[in-house]
Amino acid sequence: MAGASTSSGAKAAFVLIGKRLASSLLTLLLVSVTIFVIAQLLPGDAAQEALGQSATVEQVAALRHEMGLDRPAPVRYISWLGGMVSGDPGQSLVANMPVSEVISSRLPNSLLLAALTALVAVPVALAIGIGSAMNRGGRIDRALNITTLSMVAVPEFLVATIAVLIFSVKLRWLPSIALVSDEMSWGDYLRGAAMPILCLSIVVIAQMARMTRAAVIDQMDRPYVEMAVLKGVAPVQVVLKHIMPNAIAPIVNAMALSLSYLLGGAVIVETIFNYPGLASLMVNAVTSRDMPLLQACAMIFCAAYLILMLIADVTAILANPRLRAQ
Amino acid sequence: MMARSIKGAKALPLSGKVGLALVLFWLVAALVGPMLAPYPVGAFVAYDVFDGSSSAHWLGSDYLGRDVLSRLLWGARYTVALAAAAAFLASATGTALALTAAVGGAKVDEPLSRFMDMLISIPSKIFSLVLVAAFGSSLPLLLLIAAITYVPGNYRIARALAVNLTQMDYVQVARARGEGRLHIAIAEILPNMIHPLLADFGLRFVFIVLLLSGLSFLGLGVQPPDADLGSLVRENISGLGEGALAILAPAIAIATLTVGVNLLIDAIGVSGTGRGKRK
Repeated sequence: MAGASTSSGAKAAFVLIGKRLASSLLTLLLVSVTIFVIAQLLPGDAAQEALGQSATVEQVAALRHEMGLDRPAPVRYISWLGGMVSGDPGQSLVANMPVSEVISSRLPNSLLLAALTALVAVPVALAIGIGSAMNRGGRIDRALNITTLSMVAVPEFLVATIAVLIFSVKLRWLPSIALVSDEMSWGDYLRGAAMPILCLSIVVIAQMARMTRAAVIDQMDRPYVEMAVLKGVAPVQVVLKHIMPNAIAPIVNAMALSLSYLLGGAVIVETIFNYPGLASLMVNAVTSRDMPLLQACAMIFCAAYLILMLIADVTAILANPRLRAQ
Repeated sequence: MMARSIKGAKALPLSGKVGLALVLFWLVAALVGPMLAPYPVGAFVAYDVFDGSSSAHWLGSDYLGRDVLSRLLWGARYTVALAAAAAFLASATGTALALTAAVGGAKVDEPLSRFMDMLISIPSKIFSLVLVAAFGSSLPLLLLIAAITYVPGNYRIARALAVNLTQMDYVQVARARGEGRLHIAIAEILPNMIHPLLADFGLRFVFIVLLLSGLSFLGLGVQPPDADLGSLVRENISGLGEGALAILAPAIAIATLTVGVNLLIDAIGVSGTGRGKRK
């Protein structure tokens, strides 16, 4: 049983994962076409934008030629895509430096913020979700249900506003602006980034906890759990030994979906605290209509989303013995 | 009908009643609020900026000494009307496309569903930011942008419902009877998916309120002199340090509106699809 089927099972899982990876790459390619096309719909173009209203037609045409904007759209798309892949997505119109440089100064900050938020949010959300499910229908469960249900509908800026009022204005514990720089020590960084992390965590935890609860409860209704309960297994053991191995795929899926929410939530939170991350950079790019920068930021966010979904699906494939054994 | 609705409302759990009350409150505020506003929306009526609550100004004054309550009542109309119209447009478009896919066979369904799957993998805030950068943010454009952003989500749910229904006996019978595709879609399938679609409409409404007020908060949404609730938070952000009512009131207004809709949908519990999720 073990030897042969394990290796063929591993092969089947491998093929599945390969297919899933290919479909992610295809989606990303289509996303890039969509974003490129939308960016092309902008009335006027980058040359016009750069020179302003007073430029003559000849000047605009010359710059347009220099920037390669007079080439047909498919050619421009290919060269843009080639640039993205090779790490050179063009020149930022406003900062007047390569987009890759602008982004590389911001991306680490955003990744760090996301990682720290995940570090805070995942354990708390797991505890709330599992605790809620074990107490299904009870008072704690209902209270948590109403709380998380409300939290997912609260705008981030209300959470941020209240957090500033409590921690910066009343208690004076934390700064209301995230002053973050490269030379900072870890302690200073954590102090500066504490408020953004707190706000993002609160919004993400509510969502994650709801989905975790749903995943655990879905398993609780299965016959094997009833069997375990009937033979006298302690409730905590039922959850840890019987339910968790089966609920791991939906839970990872819930984590990935909620963390993908971080991508959007960061847009508001980074802006309100002046945190120097990728999302606030993207907002600036929209305000100044810096299309090359905006396109690159949008592609990074979409890629991040697809990677999270890929992780969720690969976990589901690896966690499902039936898929592995096929 | 009326009696049935009242009976239904009485049967709701407490959280649902709270939700219903909040939703009704904001609907009424959006409809008649501006008529009840104590001061003209743009008038400078207070001597002090960021005043607290007083008998003349229930919610204090804003960063220019304007009456917060009056501005809030007007802002609520913008927020509720824009979001409701955009949610309706998104649901109608998504559902129409879903029905087309469900009765159109694989040739229509496959490319349409692939396309929607692709759009879903662009996070909604990011997608709307790209759209705002390309098109700008006048009121009709904002409505359109919010609607486009949430069409794929509605499509996915409506398609799943519609495809299930096409397998039903009564649809097969209608098909055998020789009914046209349009008849099957509108007379046989649509009426049976109305309930979950209404719940989904509520969710889209919540997402869109949050999206539009988020955009306005960033200065990319409703532009002055118009102001929705998100713009009110933005323009009074300098009052944050003193905990001004002018910034808290509109933020809490948005929260009570969205939380109210969420509580109501949860209590009615028509559909479990996508509940409480947001991107």
